[in-house]
Amino acid sequence: MRTEAVIGAPPGRQYPGRLLLHKFGYTVMYIALAAVALVQILPLVWLLIFSLKNNQEVFGMAPFAIPAHPHWSNYVTVWSSGNIGRYFVNSVWITAVSLVCTVLLASFVTFAVTRMKWKGSSLVLGLFMVGLMIPVHSTLIPLFSMFNKLHLTDNPLSIILSYVAFNLPTTIMILLGFYYALPKEVEEAAIIDGCSVNILFFRIVLPMTSSVLATTAIINMIYNWNEFIFVNTFISSDKYKTLTVGVQNFIGQYTTDWGAIGATLVISILPILLVFVVMSERIVEGIAAGSVKG
Amino acid sequence: MDKVMSNKWVIALYVMPSLLLIMGIIYIPIVLTGYYGLNEWNGIGSMTFVGLDNYRHLLKDTAFWQSAGHSLLLALFSGISLIGYLGIALVLSGRIKGANLLRKIYLIPMLLSSVAIAQLWLKIYHPTNGVLNSLLTSLGVENPPSWLAEPSLVLTALFIPIVWQYAGFYILIYYAALKNIPESLMEAARIDGANPWQIAVRIRLPLMSEVIKVTVVLSVVGSLKYFDLIYVMTDGGPNGASEVMASYMYKQAFRSFDFGYGSAAGFFLLLICLVATYLIRKATASKETIQYS
Repeated sequence: MRTEAVIGAPPGRQYPGRLLLHKFGYTVMYIALAAVALVQILPLVWLLIFSLKNNQEVFGMAPFAIPAHPHWSNYVTVWSSGNIGRYFVNSVWITAVSLVCTVLLASFVTFAVTRMKWKGSSLVLGLFMVGLMIPVHSTLIPLFSMFNKLHLTDNPLSIILSYVAFNLPTTIMILLGFYYALPKEVEEAAIIDGCSVNILFFRIVLPMTSSVLATTAIINMIYNWNEFIFVNTFISSDKYKTLTVGVQNFIGQYTTDWGAIGATLVISILPILLVFVVMSERIVEGIAAGSVKG
Repeated sequence: MDKVMSNKWVIALYVMPSLLLIMGIIYIPIVLTGYYGLNEWNGIGSMTFVGLDNYRHLLKDTAFWQSAGHSLLLALFSGISLIGYLGIALVLSGRIKGANLLRKIYLIPMLLSSVAIAQLWLKIYHPTNGVLNSLLTSLGVENPPSWLAEPSLVLTALFIPIVWQYAGFYILIYYAALKNIPESLMEAARIDGANPWQIAVRIRLPLMSEVIKVTVVLSVVGSLKYFDLIYVMTDGGPNGASEVMASYMYKQAFRSFDFGYGSAAGFFLLLICLVATYLIRKATASKETIQYS
């Protein structure tokens, strides 16, 4: 369109047919894009609706019909009868501890690799980057037997260590680009003023990277919150289970109560959805940056 | 300056904890997986060295090869669906109002745990009360299939939620790459009389070839090791019709307590993933990288 404007005549007068075609094309495109959006969102809408129904309503009403009296009690039942509250708390603290450790350790490594001078720095970086390609499942059996020998199975430490190790490569990868772009002058000035490396790192470099740290923290949060196979393999007692595995077991007991299952699922996905609503820009940016997650 | 910034103690302090962690949690275990594969072991008692027996057995194990075939099918399917995601991203990156909102909506399923997605889709596919068969019945379809119980349908039925889960992720990556292409290049092509199709195929796609390669590796390798959704939804059933490599390995180790054989399968999975990565990289390696800007 713009090219024709450059040439001179208003496009509508010169090519009425083409403009019509153009408008038609746009309409088709919008319909297609909206259809994809609907497919992505409708299953979740349906989930929300059936979480507010009792079984009679689930089986008797149209799938997307909203019940006249929503059964909020499903949520109360689920929250108070099982261990969902405990799983929720476990998910929160395990996710938080792992992500703080990962982001801090990854910052240390990225700083040492990009800023300090030492032999073997590229080798070490290579080890972290190759780690991106290792499938989690290929480490599962030895990890299980190792943790077993160290009496760490059924101990939250086993999953925290695994989360940190497997998230370090992605986190370092996202941080690298940012560190390479940081100006070195500030650091040079600080060193000349007699600043030690530790003070330089904690007081100057870490605060300067706060925006990318937030991005990596969110990515870590999503992966840790949703992780399944480590918890499923290493943790056996209810008091340490996180929501993913907890929900899985809990639903097993309620196979016939659709409302309770729906409410459990909504509770388990709500925190991530809320974070997404508030910080969607950063999440979108972080996922694009951390796309080489293995 | 140099003296301060090459202090060995500080470097060791900063790097060692992370390095020990990935050694202990990633690298030593993959070596051990290969080693355990050489043993007969139930996970608790003592190991008996059996040489290459487990690997030989694995090569002849039809159940394993069937599951490998399913993984491969999933990889193929995921690879092909990238074309669709690319198309959507191309449309989305045109002058579309609300593109930003749309790509966020597309992304939502990717944020949810596989367990939640699996449980939700179990309900969607429920033979009598699921939303899919309710809709089909109201459209006049008599006896809609019980999707996950039919050996001939189960794989297709599992592919759909996997696509649903990851579509937004790939669309987002492609969209970001397309937005990175300088507008001036497209403007120049337009002035030269190129139509939108030519601009897409001749200018935009070649400029994002690196990103496309990364996504091919991601989707293929991701599919080869795919586990969560299938484990929760069908557990490989009915009768192995949806078994994949990772779920087969998991069952051998943690259900049949054949840790040696499970390890052999796990090591094989690792090799296949690494070989696939290498082959894709090699097949798509270009002699010259295109730089227009």
